[in-house]
Amino acid sequence: MEQVNWTALTVFIALFGLISWLGFAAAHWRRGDLDQLHEWGLGGRRFGTLITWFLVGGDLYTAYTFIAVPALAFGAGAIAFFAVPYTIIVYPILFIVFPRLWYVCRKHHYVTAADFVRGRFGNRWLALAIAVTGIIATMPYIALQLVGLQVVIGAMGVTGEGLAGAIPLVIAVVILAAFTDSSGLRAPAAIAVVKDTLIYITAFAAVIIIPIQLGGWSNVFAAVPADKLLLTSPGPGTTGEYGVYATLALGSALALLLYPHSMTGILSASSGGAVRRNAALLPAYSLVLGLLALLGFFALAAGVDKLPEFAGGFKQFKANFAVPALMLHSFPAWFAGVTFAAIGIGALVPASIMSIAAANLFTRNVYREFLHGEATDKQEAQTAKWASLIVKLGALIFVVFVPLQYAIQLQLLGGIWIIQTLPSVLIGLYTRWFNPWALLVGWAVGMAAGTYMAYSVNFAAAYPLAIGGWIFPGYTALYTVILNLIIAMVLTPMVNALGAKPEDKTAAADYYA
Amino acid sequence: MEGNRERAWSPWYLLLLIQFIPALLVPLYNRVEPVVGGIPFFYWFQLALVLVSALVTAVVYFATEPGRNG
Repeated sequence: MEQVNWTALTVFIALFGLISWLGFAAAHWRRGDLDQLHEWGLGGRRFGTLITWFLVGGDLYTAYTFIAVPALAFGAGAIAFFAVPYTIIVYPILFIVFPRLWYVCRKHHYVTAADFVRGRFGNRWLALAIAVTGIIATMPYIALQLVGLQVVIGAMGVTGEGLAGAIPLVIAVVILAAFTDSSGLRAPAAIAVVKDTLIYITAFAAVIIIPIQLGGWSNVFAAVPADKLLLTSPGPGTTGEYGVYATLALGSALALLLYPHSMTGILSASSGGAVRRNAALLPAYSLVLGLLALLGFFALAAGVDKLPEFAGGFKQFKANFAVPALMLHSFPAWFAGVTFAAIGIGALVPASIMSIAAANLFTRNVYREFLHGEATDKQEAQTAKWASLIVKLGALIFVVFVPLQYAIQLQLLGGIWIIQTLPSVLIGLYTRWFNPWALLVGWAVGMAAGTYMAYSVNFAAAYPLAIGGWIFPGYTALYTVILNLIIAMVLTPMVNALGAKPEDKTAAADYYA
Repeated sequence: MEGNRERAWSPWYLLLLIQFIPALLVPLYNRVEPVVGGIPFFYWFQLALVLVSALVTAVVYFATEPGRNG
């Protein structure tokens, strides 16, 4: 850690320079009036199948994924593989549900999920709840992208004490903010092409070369401690790790699609057909994610945590250092630089889209709805640019000054929070049977219960739900969204009895081609 | 509904949802044997399931492609 790896750093900086240039040049790509929110914040809804594929793939598979999933495999073993069934579940849902969302949003010029909820249920407070949930769930997610960046910068030996250590991160965020401001969603879309190419090269190189170096796959799995190779079979009276694994996969899949950055990526597609084609093509990334999870086992087999040159890195970044250490150990310095660039750029693409998505929510559903109803297109776009900048600075300050543990806990809470928008958004695409006030109460209860449950188990992902003498440990997000739904269902007939429902601005025909 | 339109639901979508069952039925694949090429069942089965799901999605995509039958 003490020595700067100049070769890797040079390659890293060169690739970073390339994508920075691309980010600014993207402003001229499929040119539109960037003083309009749908141009800046949705790329004018002009991305075809291929670009959407890169954009959504680049968006959903973040730097933190590339660091944290293998780190979980490295530290906890088989449980980390929940990421595989999770991706198996995500795309069919995307395939079935999201073309509907795309059509209705295009028809009514909705830019955010909260815009849709506003039109569908005619309740600005419910829309505000959806928007605020999206913003607060996204902020820690952006912070974790910066953590991913921090780990690879640290791995190249660029370290420093206190604030000086944050300088490379500050530079990266300034570049990110500048190209996001000038090019909007076109910037991450263009950069995603480079990012995903680098990720594919990294994943396949790692999965082909490293097992050979380690003497074959048998040796890789032989290095995994026996109790971590499989999930622990549940004891009597509990669904044990099986339940945790399945609920994590299902709950994470549902939560992922509700995150504002997923919505933004999907809404920027040029047609509902492009959304469908993407759902059919995106499983290519699932395989890569599964292969990346195996990197955690490669790191175990290579014993990188016991090598003296990586002791400092593991001390600072814990299991998150497993992948960078493995890359430095297995590859020549220049290629390690390529993989670090893949992860570093993999941080910037989602961070940019997330900040745009949060900004769209603030502008549409807080600023225009509650603060400045008469805002012009230009004022709207300008507000979004400011909001996106503030979100990124907030994330930077958070990463530099707040212990990493809090960012991870907030990210866990973010998943629990965002899934509470499921009844209004996903189910809302199919029915407006629910009363908006009932949805709002269900949301509030889900948020409160989820936060409390996560707190009560010290921010572990699983909560040991006890029903009739059985214990069902499972993902808190899934349990609380079920509670949320039940409350909304029970309250709907009661609230309906109190008064008339507001008008639905969408018609049944708006949901398909 | 006219044949040229994307509908809210198609029977083909059931095929997409059926694959959730093996993916979420953890006791089905939480085992080491049979090991293939040094990779325990738990790992290769789930990766194989990804390929199957990609294939299924492609089939459903072409089967429900609007305009194809209309």
